[in-house]
Amino acid sequence: MILIQGKGVSNGVAIGPLYYYQRAKASITRYEVTDAEAEWARFKEAQAKAIEQLGELAEKAREEAGDEAALLFETHQMMAEDLEYEETIQSAIQDMKLNAEAAVTDTAAQFAEMFASMEDAYFQARAADVKDVSSRIISVLTGVVQGGINSPVPVILAADDLAPSETVQLDKSKILGFVTEGGSGSSHTAILARTMGIPAIIGVGDQLKPEYEGKEVIIDGSTGNVTIDADEDARAHLIKKMEDQKKMREMLEQLKGLPNRTLDGQEIRVYCNIGGPDDVPAVLGNDAGGVGLFRSEFLYLNCDDYPSEEIQFEAYKKVLSDIGGKEVVIRTLDIGADKQIGYFNLPDEENPALGNRALRICLNRPEIFHTQLRALFRASVFGKLGIMFPMVTSVWEVKEAKKMCERVKEELTKEGIPFSEDIEIGIMIETPAAVLMSDRLAKEVDFFSCGTNDLTQYTLACDRQNADLGRFYNPHHPAVLRALKIVCDNAHKNGIWVGICGELGADLALTETFLSIGIDELSVSPRSVLPLRQKIRETDVSKVKEKLLADLLSDDNTI
Amino acid sequence: MKSFEYTITDPVGIHARPAGLLVKEIKKYTSAVTVAKGEKEVNALKLMALMGMGIKQGDTVKVTIDGADEDTAAAAIEEFFKANF
Repeated sequence: MILIQGKGVSNGVAIGPLYYYQRAKASITRYEVTDAEAEWARFKEAQAKAIEQLGELAEKAREEAGDEAALLFETHQMMAEDLEYEETIQSAIQDMKLNAEAAVTDTAAQFAEMFASMEDAYFQARAADVKDVSSRIISVLTGVVQGGINSPVPVILAADDLAPSETVQLDKSKILGFVTEGGSGSSHTAILARTMGIPAIIGVGDQLKPEYEGKEVIIDGSTGNVTIDADEDARAHLIKKMEDQKKMREMLEQLKGLPNRTLDGQEIRVYCNIGGPDDVPAVLGNDAGGVGLFRSEFLYLNCDDYPSEEIQFEAYKKVLSDIGGKEVVIRTLDIGADKQIGYFNLPDEENPALGNRALRICLNRPEIFHTQLRALFRASVFGKLGIMFPMVTSVWEVKEAKKMCERVKEELTKEGIPFSEDIEIGIMIETPAAVLMSDRLAKEVDFFSCGTNDLTQYTLACDRQNADLGRFYNPHHPAVLRALKIVCDNAHKNGIWVGICGELGADLALTETFLSIGIDELSVSPRSVLPLRQKIRETDVSKVKEKLLADLLSDDNTI
Repeated sequence: MKSFEYTITDPVGIHARPAGLLVKEIKKYTSAVTVAKGEKEVNALKLMALMGMGIKQGDTVKVTIDGADEDTAAAAIEEFFKANF
């Protein structure tokens, strides 16, 4: 048995014979042409053919994996017909009398180098696109057929790295998974593999040897393990994992479109926590009811200076528009403590967790808060917006924050800029003070959302980042759960809803407790939505509620 | 000759796909369109040249439209920038 460790970039387990991708080597010859015009015409013909092929590939990708996958080939098409690219090739042929193959090769190298030397990772990755487009044109020129798989049975495909067009041209019915020597998690190959649901492992380097070709290999995308000639135990273990995953996926798929309703008819909303507009497809893909926590910090963390109102407006607008009318709760700036940003120039603190953070910064520096609130209210017309303030301890803080909202609304009205009148304003419950004051706080807002990570840390006076405190930091601690019960009761007494947006929301061991307490919404990571829905649908609250609540509130130390 | 300034809000900046669509948009008109960032200016029909400028979120570019249909072209192209970059 041979074990190779790579990096898993697309989940799943697959088993099959190892097969090396057959790539036709398009070694080109260089020569001087006498009839440059005829050579130019030869290039134009090959270029047209390549563009046509890319169009077909785009269609194929669209059918197999949707618009997102097709986009890549449409972009390649645009590169292939780009004026700048074409003019550079034209000058190589007409001025330097190069043959078309050499002209394309040189031009590709020139542009690939330009992209590779750019600062931004996105543009660096475009070097591979230019090379891919160019080798397609060269293949047409030299009459080489694009390589592929010549095997009667499905295989685990091995390669140094696969170009995007190579991935798509492959016969999918023949591929069980990918192993590549190089590559990155954000390469097109990894993305495509994920979109198509095929396991992929990259970066195995020279551990993978051509003499392994034909041997049975098992790849596990969740661990990055490549097992060649597995012994009986390992083989049985991995095959079981493969079957379990398959069953799990099928079962969870079937839950899409179904309500989050318990056996005895209690419903709870299941929303998602997201960090930015890029996460919206995952929210929709997992059939979540909305966004319960949009961490607006990402906008601040990704900038070298305070993000402008316009930048923020566009990001909020994008999420609200893309989510198709579902509710989106955006949390205002939550930095400080473990999240520091250089340009805020916050002085070092003895006790950052108890320091100038979140809403405290916003109230201390109203100009920052003002910009964010303007962007939020302006974006509100594009969907159903909720605004949530983090790290509240006192009623006056909420009043002051709401006053800022009123000021922004007045300004926008004066400027004739539209905003929605139907915005819910809520607060995070993360501190013991907020729990104990939740009856009064509930009168000021439309909803509560419990941030259980901080609530646990502050309730237990226990630093969650200190590894030595593991057994003291217990989110299942009755103090935390009793706090949630107090908050929930006070919310409902005042007719407002209450959610949980901390990691605890996805903890299936507590789902019954949350349902019994009466929590209205759980906001979790997109991939937790369907497992949580499954747990909810299996629960009969009427059977567990009485005992769970009695245990929670009991003074019996033997429980 | 018409021109407008625009500050990029797209997190990736001027990237391949919308830049390609911009080329298509410009081809609808006869006017010449250039995009300038600081001292550097390129013909906006040239996708690779435009991408090569590495225009990022927060950068302000000056777009100049020059030709017989510059009025309609300028309005359409400004809309395009707002919608895509």
